[in-house]
Amino acid sequence: MLKLESARAVYQGKPVLQDVTLHIPAGQKLGLVGHSGSGKTTLLKLLYELRPKDIALVPQDYGLVINLSVFHNVYMGQLARQPLWYNLINLVKPLSKPVNEVREILQQIQLSEKIFDLVGTLSGGQQQRTAIARAMMQGSEIMFADEPVSSLDEQQSNMIMRTLCKRFETIVLAMHDIDLALEYCDRIIGLQHGKIIIDAPSNSLHRNDLLDLYGE
Amino acid sequence: MPLAIACIVMIYLTFMENKEVTFRYSRRWKISWLFVIIALLCLPFADLSINTYDPLTELGRLFAGLLQPTLSGIEKPFEALLQTVAFALLGVTAGSLSGFALAQFFHYRLIRYVCAMVRAVHELFWALIFLQIFGLHPLTGLLALGLPYAATFAKVYAEIIEEGDRRAYDIIRQNSGVIAAFFYARLPDLSQHFITYTMYRLECGLRSSAVLGFVGLPTLGYYLSTAFMEGQYAEVWALLIMFYLLIAGIRYWVRPKLLPVYLLIAPFIIANDSTISFDNVRRFFTQDIVPSPLRHGEGFDALWQWFSNLFMTEALPGIVNTLLLTQLALVLTGLLTMLWFPLVSKLFFDRLGRGVGHLFLVIMRSTPEYILAFILLTLWGPSMLPAVIALALHNAAIIGHLMGRYSNELLLRPDASRGITGYAFEVVPRIYAQFLAFLFYRWEIIFRETAILGILGITTLGFYIDSAIQDIRLDKAMILILITALMNVGIDSLSHFIRSKLRLSINLKQA
Repeated sequence: MLKLESARAVYQGKPVLQDVTLHIPAGQKLGLVGHSGSGKTTLLKLLYELRPKDIALVPQDYGLVINLSVFHNVYMGQLARQPLWYNLINLVKPLSKPVNEVREILQQIQLSEKIFDLVGTLSGGQQQRTAIARAMMQGSEIMFADEPVSSLDEQQSNMIMRTLCKRFETIVLAMHDIDLALEYCDRIIGLQHGKIIIDAPSNSLHRNDLLDLYGE
Repeated sequence: MPLAIACIVMIYLTFMENKEVTFRYSRRWKISWLFVIIALLCLPFADLSINTYDPLTELGRLFAGLLQPTLSGIEKPFEALLQTVAFALLGVTAGSLSGFALAQFFHYRLIRYVCAMVRAVHELFWALIFLQIFGLHPLTGLLALGLPYAATFAKVYAEIIEEGDRRAYDIIRQNSGVIAAFFYARLPDLSQHFITYTMYRLECGLRSSAVLGFVGLPTLGYYLSTAFMEGQYAEVWALLIMFYLLIAGIRYWVRPKLLPVYLLIAPFIIANDSTISFDNVRRFFTQDIVPSPLRHGEGFDALWQWFSNLFMTEALPGIVNTLLLTQLALVLTGLLTMLWFPLVSKLFFDRLGRGVGHLFLVIMRSTPEYILAFILLTLWGPSMLPAVIALALHNAAIIGHLMGRYSNELLLRPDASRGITGYAFEVVPRIYAQFLAFLFYRWEIIFRETAILGILGITTLGFYIDSAIQDIRLDKAMILILITALMNVGIDSLSHFIRSKLRLSINLKQA
């Protein structure tokens, strides 16, 4: 479904990805692990550009509009599916139907009481969950996320990962947290210096195999 | 009874609970609508008629002149431009130097208040005052520019100094003295800020200097109004285009090395053979501006009578009209800004489209609102309409340009919407705080300009001031100018208050 053949990428004269070939079939939950600077974000970007219209994206910096409410930020996930006048009305005064849809999604990630708070007033973890809710609102079957639970505690991280795995058919995640990657993904790609050095089903891998990536 | 109270408490609690999860409009949204509603309420009281017989034909003739700009009387426009530049350079330099000195004492409340009042009086009003004292002597133009500019420079320089890093200064001033310490430890850090701001003010100074021609100084405005009155539209355009080129090229002709040369030549350009009559000066201060009942020793009852009469028949209608016009122009400026900033934003237009947008905005913001109003007024006749449009065109071009630049720095995520949806959801919410800050910042400027436009015949405060001066009732004129200045200071503080209130509602830094 997503295919990358011998891909390479250069950033400021330095190669950040070298000769990466990757096929991702539909239904796979894929985890990209590696050092910061190992090329995870770049690889995610290259993959994303293959089918930007079909992918719900959670960028590392969330891409939220902090002067709008949580509702509006989540609603933004479905802008492309609604007519312009409907979007504009909801911008001025949220209608009850989309409010209920958004509230239902927020309930799944325990954020519904913040629905009409300005995103700028939320904590980092709440902002991160808002960005995730926006991706869930989008209605795509594929989700890409760059460190989607980096600002959440362990209990919340598990809750979010379970929700995402249930909601999306195909998932590609860039993850720092090896344990979460092993637990929720069924395939792990390990990156080092812009090259794939591990590509294996997660049940065949052990925590220690991945720790090498981090030079520990 | 307890049951009733319990019921009320329950209802109240339910209401409060509901309130927590119902949608609430932000303060900025409410403030925006408040101003729109005020403007709508002003609308029925504003005279927005077009009084000329055939405004469209005249507009057509004006633009026909654009197709064949001529400098047939070449020496005149050239002279006008030289005078404009010379007055601007000298006035801004004098203002900058004295402003710099004043900035050192800006922590004294008295200095701050005096500067605020001096700033609140428009250059043209200063020019009208100094014309009475010095006649057409070059000092009139210099002071009219230099005085309000000094007060503005003092304020901004003081802010720059306050915001800078003062650690090195604090260490070395112990044994080297404050002045040496300032030049060694502070100025090098701050100089770039001073230069940037001073250059910006020089551009403003060129516009102000051009406009001073409308009250009789030999700068661009003088020739422009003459050419306009005679219907010489080709010459009007030639003058305007030269002025645009002058402003657009300011970076190229204002060079640190050339400045001293310019400043040496400039006094010879503005010199003329008029002399200062000291009798005139003395009479101005001891007789002309003394309220007439006092001059004639008629006592306080007469003075009160005189003042209340002046207030009711001239100040009050002037104040009402100035406020009406200001509020209308402010809201129209906001609307136009929101329409125009995409013209120069990478998020909405490609290079070619932005080029056209830039040209349009540069022309609109380089043309002083006074000149825009003058042109529109000649075409449409004296009503508030040309004034509102002129103020909005000029100010929206300024804020639109800033907003466009600001929007270019936004980092949108890859899947952000574009087009109108993106404009409404992604861009406007991100720049709105900035937009309101600039708009409220210009509120006081719009008020000051509105008052001034009265000189063109719209019945704002400037109209009554100008009439009083025409009738040689300088005592009245001074009182009216004072009232205008006080109102200007009032609007400035209200704008400060609103801006600080709105900023309180922002919890994180603006994205």
